[in-house]
Amino acid sequence: MRTLKFLLHKEFTQIRRNRFMARAILMVPIVQMLILVPAVTFDIRNIKLSVVDLDLSSVSRGLEAKLEGSKFFKLAHGSFSVKKAENMMHKGKVDAILVVPPDFEKHLLNNGSAEIQLLLNGINSSLAQTALVYLTALIQNYNQNIIMDNIAVKPFKPPSRISVRNRFWFNEEMDYKIYMAPGILGVLVTAVGFLLSGLNLVREKEIGTSEQINVTPIKKHEFILGKMIPFMIIGIVELAFGLTLARFVYSMPFEGSFLLLALFTFVYLIAIMGLGLFLSTFAGTQQQYLFICFFFMMIFMLMSGIFTPADSMPVWAQQVNHLNPTAYLIRVIRSIILKGSGFGAISKDLALLSLIALLTTSLASLKYKKTI
Amino acid sequence: MNRLIHFIKKEFLHIFRDPRSMIILFGIPAAQIMIFGYAVTTDINEARIAVLDLSRDEYTKQIIQKIDASKFFQISRELTSYTQIEPLLKKGGVKQVVVFEPDFAARLQREGTAEVSLITDGSEPNTGRLVAGYMEAIINSLNRELNPSPAMAIVPQMRMYYNPSLEGEYMFVPGLITLILMLICALMTSITITREKEFGTMEVLLVSPLRPIQIIVGKVAPYVALGFIDVLIILIMANVVFGLPVHGSLFLLLGESILYIALALSLGILISTVSKTMQAAMFISLIGLFMPSVLLSGFIFPIENMPKFYRIFSLILPPRWFIVIIKDIMLKGTGLPSVWQETLVIVSMTAFFLALSARQFKIRLE
Repeated sequence: MRTLKFLLHKEFTQIRRNRFMARAILMVPIVQMLILVPAVTFDIRNIKLSVVDLDLSSVSRGLEAKLEGSKFFKLAHGSFSVKKAENMMHKGKVDAILVVPPDFEKHLLNNGSAEIQLLLNGINSSLAQTALVYLTALIQNYNQNIIMDNIAVKPFKPPSRISVRNRFWFNEEMDYKIYMAPGILGVLVTAVGFLLSGLNLVREKEIGTSEQINVTPIKKHEFILGKMIPFMIIGIVELAFGLTLARFVYSMPFEGSFLLLALFTFVYLIAIMGLGLFLSTFAGTQQQYLFICFFFMMIFMLMSGIFTPADSMPVWAQQVNHLNPTAYLIRVIRSIILKGSGFGAISKDLALLSLIALLTTSLASLKYKKTI
Repeated sequence: MNRLIHFIKKEFLHIFRDPRSMIILFGIPAAQIMIFGYAVTTDINEARIAVLDLSRDEYTKQIIQKIDASKFFQISRELTSYTQIEPLLKKGGVKQVVVFEPDFAARLQREGTAEVSLITDGSEPNTGRLVAGYMEAIINSLNRELNPSPAMAIVPQMRMYYNPSLEGEYMFVPGLITLILMLICALMTSITITREKEFGTMEVLLVSPLRPIQIIVGKVAPYVALGFIDVLIILIMANVVFGLPVHGSLFLLLGESILYIALALSLGILISTVSKTMQAAMFISLIGLFMPSVLLSGFIFPIENMPKFYRIFSLILPPRWFIVIIKDIMLKGTGLPSVWQETLVIVSMTAFFLALSARQFKIRLE
């Protein structure tokens, strides 16, 4: 116990003295929370739409006005030539083109239906998909309007219809920032627990000081604990710091209990540090560790659902995700912060993550040797 | 010249001897192609939802069947009371609860209108909107069935340009090339050069008959080759596995890639001249270069949606320009006349960074 105390003292002194480490620990959360969070808005708005209105009728103008009022579209580069609009799309100046053919209104009034064309740039498939959903909904909505407008003209039995009432829970204003902030906090904790702690460990090996420790009576578990505990503390402190920042800057709500979140993060850190320790045995230099760690971190993060919905992935990928500690963290951190999920709701995730932690730490202690 | 060749050979050996650098060079592109190509999607697919049917009549049963049959949704729970909704959404198993009001069919017949409430988990805004949007579309199609002869309707006809079946590859392959080149050419070179400094072997190199410029060329040459090989691998994989074509000139595409590789290398050299330790070089590369490249280049997050500050800031990021070039050549099939501006930006950035690092580079030790 006494040895551990001295080891911890040594670690903290080293971290404090290492100008780069100290600065990174302080600056990274600030940069991530303040700069990255607003940048990573996947919120699809301001889709640039060019209207080619070859009819110029009251119905087509009405549709245009409706598009103009929508916050999802920004009308740009309107013209009277499809060629011109296509050219604009080719240059990337517009994402979608709406073509109202000549005699559109006449067809609509005479035949009861008329066609318009939507031309979309499909390269960004998610943008195109969303644009299509919005546009179709908007046109359907407009159809209702025209029908209503025409009731006054002709006697008309109102159609029976199912009305939809939409409500969004937990993030009523659909603010993307308060969705991303908890995810970015997860990235932060991962960077501390996986990258920084591993680099610190390998550094001792690289500069040869771990040999010196190896010849001392310090036991293996004491050395490992001495390496893990400081980053554990740093990880939790960073989490609290990042949360406070998000709370003040983005007025992010915190519905759940911080203690529960800290407990979950603690288990996560054990899991990810265990893995870092295990992987560090394959690396002789910090550069090598960086490569290995970077490879895993990238896969963990991309699959975790920080940026894209994890539930929409194919079944095999969701099964692989059972082994991905970051996926648990991201899911739980969001549900505790935004939904206020309690112990009952996350207990299954906690149990599975603990299993992973057990697995990685036992792998690491099997592989880690106090010899060169 | 002979010396230089030997030096480059030595550097190649350094890289190939270490299986761990192979992970970065070939493992990352392969893994990313797999993940982006097969796993990650932004669309929804068989999203799990729950229904709370307070009416339980023939008509609501029909609607529920129709929802379940759609490829967007999968009904995983049938609830019996309002109080079950909150815990279920908190647990996160389902994305939406569809609530049918009591006496649904009766009301629809008697009053001509009945209400469906969609309670959607909004904590994920995009998914939430898509889920709500698709569900509304299903219900609207029911409305059309209810009124077989609509008074009038505008029928949208849709056409997708450049990517008719909306494959995700069209977006991520160009992004991936941009990213991998940045990673290999900037991160790896900055680390290798700084490593020599940190371990004092730079001194050895500096007193050798090699001129400083030769040392730098020798250091970066392997990465030029490896970066170029990676571009080829990604292009071939994209073509063979996903059938992604190169519409424009392949020659132009590779030429532009070489220009971009030069740019990434000049950045790597610049980073190595300003950082003293490998840790510093890593942090500058990862935080200063790699993260912004991922997030602000328009690879994953569309630049148009960012606040104005970021849109302006993204202008100084090299990947943002290169991604436009690749997309134009690969997917739209345009040639040099339409990408010359972006090319010019890349060339001048390279010149600028090289000039800056030439000023910073010290051949003497402090």
